[in-house]
Amino acid sequence: MALPIMAVLVFFLVLPILMIVTVSFWQATEFSIIPAFDLENYEFLFGSNVTYRVFFNTFKYAFITWVFTLSIGFTVAYFLAFHVRSLTWQIVLFLLCTIPFWTSNIIRMISWIPFLGRNGIANSTLISWGVIDEPLDWLLFSDFAVILAFVHLYTLFMVVPIFNTMMRIDKSLIEAARDAGASGTQILWNVIIPLTKPGIMIGTIFVVTLVMGDFITVRFMSGSQSANVGRLISNDIALLAYPSASATAVVLLLTVLIVIGILLRFVDIRKEL
Amino acid sequence: MTKVSRRNVLKGGAAFAAGTTLGAPMIWAQNIKDVTLRQFGTGVSNLNDVANKVKEDLGFTLEMTALDSDSVTQRAATQPNSFDIADIEYWICKKVWPTGNLQAMDTSKIKNYDKIVGIFRDGKLTPTSTIAQGTAPHTVGFVEGPGGKEFVDNESGWMTLIPTIYNADTLGIRPDLIGRPISNWSELLNPEFKGKASILDISSIGIMDMAMVVESMGEYKYPDKGNMTKEEIDLTIGIFTEAKKNGQFRAFWKSFDESVNLMASGEVVIQSMWSPAITAVKSKGVPCVYQPLEEGYRSWGGGIGLSAALTGLERDAAYEYINWYLDGWVGGYLMRQGYYSAVPETSKNFMSENEWGYWFEGKEATDTITSPTGDALAQAGETRDGGSFEERMGAVACWNAVMDENQYMVRKWNEFIAA
Repeated sequence: MALPIMAVLVFFLVLPILMIVTVSFWQATEFSIIPAFDLENYEFLFGSNVTYRVFFNTFKYAFITWVFTLSIGFTVAYFLAFHVRSLTWQIVLFLLCTIPFWTSNIIRMISWIPFLGRNGIANSTLISWGVIDEPLDWLLFSDFAVILAFVHLYTLFMVVPIFNTMMRIDKSLIEAARDAGASGTQILWNVIIPLTKPGIMIGTIFVVTLVMGDFITVRFMSGSQSANVGRLISNDIALLAYPSASATAVVLLLTVLIVIGILLRFVDIRKEL
Repeated sequence: MTKVSRRNVLKGGAAFAAGTTLGAPMIWAQNIKDVTLRQFGTGVSNLNDVANKVKEDLGFTLEMTALDSDSVTQRAATQPNSFDIADIEYWICKKVWPTGNLQAMDTSKIKNYDKIVGIFRDGKLTPTSTIAQGTAPHTVGFVEGPGGKEFVDNESGWMTLIPTIYNADTLGIRPDLIGRPISNWSELLNPEFKGKASILDISSIGIMDMAMVVESMGEYKYPDKGNMTKEEIDLTIGIFTEAKKNGQFRAFWKSFDESVNLMASGEVVIQSMWSPAITAVKSKGVPCVYQPLEEGYRSWGGGIGLSAALTGLERDAAYEYINWYLDGWVGGYLMRQGYYSAVPETSKNFMSENEWGYWFEGKEATDTITSPTGDALAQAGETRDGGSFEERMGAVACWNAVMDENQYMVRKWNEFIAA
């Protein structure tokens, strides 16, 4: 039974990763890639303060995006699971949430650009309302724009797993808590949140890995003015520096794995599911 | 465009075939319709109109793929079997040629070789002109023989790229939003345009624009902008990093469309730009000028190279294509977009007197000037930004280049972007 899955995983996951690890020790010149065993790529990576700055930036984006997607995602899921009573409406509203996902990621992201621009809808509306006199430049091509796009793109990845676990909470537990005199906040804090932890954790893993691996959102929404690790890799690839790109990719992969490892310490997903 | 169909293609083709050493011209004439040549290159000259015209005039199929400069370099260097014809820039050629993925071309098979502009042969536009800094096309234009790996400094008869298209680049501005004359590169870093400037994020070209700015600011005079030392790279990028931290730039752009959108939307009022991007902004009804500057232009040139794997019938077809390319139809098409053709005199046959006067001679338009796709670009009485061919190409200060310290420069560029 497990054999075909193993074969697929080995072929499409393990082998490519091994290849990347191997290449990360190679050397490259302008025109060619030389097989070797050389730590130069890693030495350069760890020796440059750009690397640390860029990794910090990547974590910053991941953390802020996580905070927003979690709060929005949890609220939406809570509303769907506990406020909407009929199953039909739950399904209808849930599908409504997924409608933006019928278009491509890139389109949803790029459509923010004319909206947030200096002469865009957001600025001209604010000016016509008299809220501001001068267009706000930080709306576009800034960290604000990057995080806005991330939150917009990835909140659903929070909603789905949280909604899923919430739906499986036995309603009698909530009734029991209420009968025992718990207030709404107490029920939320002591019953619902502990029971939705696996969903929160799955959503967190989705969001963190997606944001940490992204490069195109950062490039477009920051107007190429900010960098995260993904952009370092994509720049290297564009300049044919595959070994150096591989080394960065290996470090990023390990970083993400460590982050996930830490997250899994908090919740044993296997047991909870 | 009635003149186009009059060309007796078959006659030219047969004469050409008789001159090749690879046999059986008769079979070739029948088989050529089955030939498919795969061309890739930057968006500027990879036009579907050209492919359609090739099918019509020459009978074979040309498949076009348009990519950005980095991807073009990458593909030419790493995937030699994925293309037959590489439409690349001369600085890319300097990078890619040593991989051996391209083959030199016999200039005796190029009908219009003698009419190619001097820039691509001995480097001189006119006998008295000085050669600009950077990777000037003629320095990487020739090798010693069919298998040559080293560039030579004379017209050896073996060309690396057949020049097709080139231009002199400068800064694009929004005259309506700036409201005063701009005449120096240093204006790009003028605090007056804080948060409204942009530069392109393609390191090998961006560094040259930076150097033009630094020199114009009077900060430093480069012995050779096209081949900086590490200290010069640090200095140049240092000045721009400081400007970036002070919020001088609105964004950086990497693709043609991004530059058009930044300018047309008013996010940016001054930036590095390419000629057809100006045209694209203008055709949206937004005023935009390709501003000639006192320090001169940063120029670039592109050409067609043949894959090393190309042989026999396909290679014959490729030579036929190159001869057709230099014969004027494409040249006329490109010149009506604001580029220059390697053999201007053949292009003249495919342009109206008004168009030739406006685009090439820098004269006042006598009637509306339209782009090849029909958009009006200039009205009667207007003249081209920068004037005539000689005025523009004669004021080139440097060519796009690849430096000896390229890898160091790229790392510094990454730091600039991440700063």
